Amino acid sequence: MAFQILLNLFIAFVWMFLKVSYDPATFIIGYLIGLVLIYLMHKSFAARFYLSSIWAVIYLILLFLKELIVANFSVLKIVLKPNMDFQPGIFAYKTILEKDWEITLLSNLITLTPGTLVVDVHEENNEKILYIHAIHVPDVDDAIEGIKSSFEKAILEVSR
Amino acid sequence: MTETVKIIVVVFLLIGAFFSLVAALGVVRLPDVYTRNHAASKSATLGVMVILIGTFIYFYAAGHSNTRLLLALVFIFLTSPVGGHLINRAAYYSGVKLWDKSIRDDLKGKVKIRNFEK
Repeated sequence: MAFQILLNLFIAFVWMFLKVSYDPATFIIGYLIGLVLIYLMHKSFAARFYLSSIWAVIYLILLFLKELIVANFSVLKIVLKPNMDFQPGIFAYKTILEKDWEITLLSNLITLTPGTLVVDVHEENNEKILYIHAIHVPDVDDAIEGIKSSFEKAILEVSR
Repeated sequence: MTETVKIIVVVFLLIGAFFSLVAALGVVRLPDVYTRNHAASKSATLGVMVILIGTFIYFYAAGHSNTRLLLALVFIFLTSPVGGHLINRAAYYSGVKLWDKSIRDDLKGKVKIRNFEK
């Protein structure tokens, strides 16, 4: 992905030298031409076309923000409820992610998800396991699995 | 500065202050370290972020675009979940008990706990 962006910048500079005009407008036109060229030749790169990676990153950031707001309303409900009748607990969650930065990102997302907080990360027989503290175990358990499969999918989409 | 901008700024600041208050209330009311951490790491993050956005809009409408506020926004967004996680982990490793009504503990026996309560 980084290589394609560098190549695109390079094409933009070549366009500026061809036109012998060095202003931002020419640079942007050159960049757009480079974008079209890279799209036409994206089959010859090892990675996929880089705009789809950038879109996946933007999607992940929006997901982060949405989860933060939802999480705050769930905390609000718990804190302002007159009686403390929730049942907290720690559960294990096996993740299929492998690289360190992916796991960091996933645990940040889980921490900002309603009702969950990462306590520890372990590696046991080649499986990465996250230990997550949930504020109400009985009803969140299944829902959380669903949410996290969507997080994992979004992160895999970025790293693909 | 127009009235609408002022109203937007006021709304942002009030929402931020409200969520910070909820975080403080949560720290007082909830029973143990782990549940308190839920309130502290989520509500405080959003509260501070929304206040910073309100401040940015205020100064932007007055003619200064202060990008340091936006940087602070990003830094808080990235670092506060990590802080919450580390406090939780340190608490668990030093033998802080979960609340009595906790119903599940998969991490039990997996880590060496140093007990400081003796």
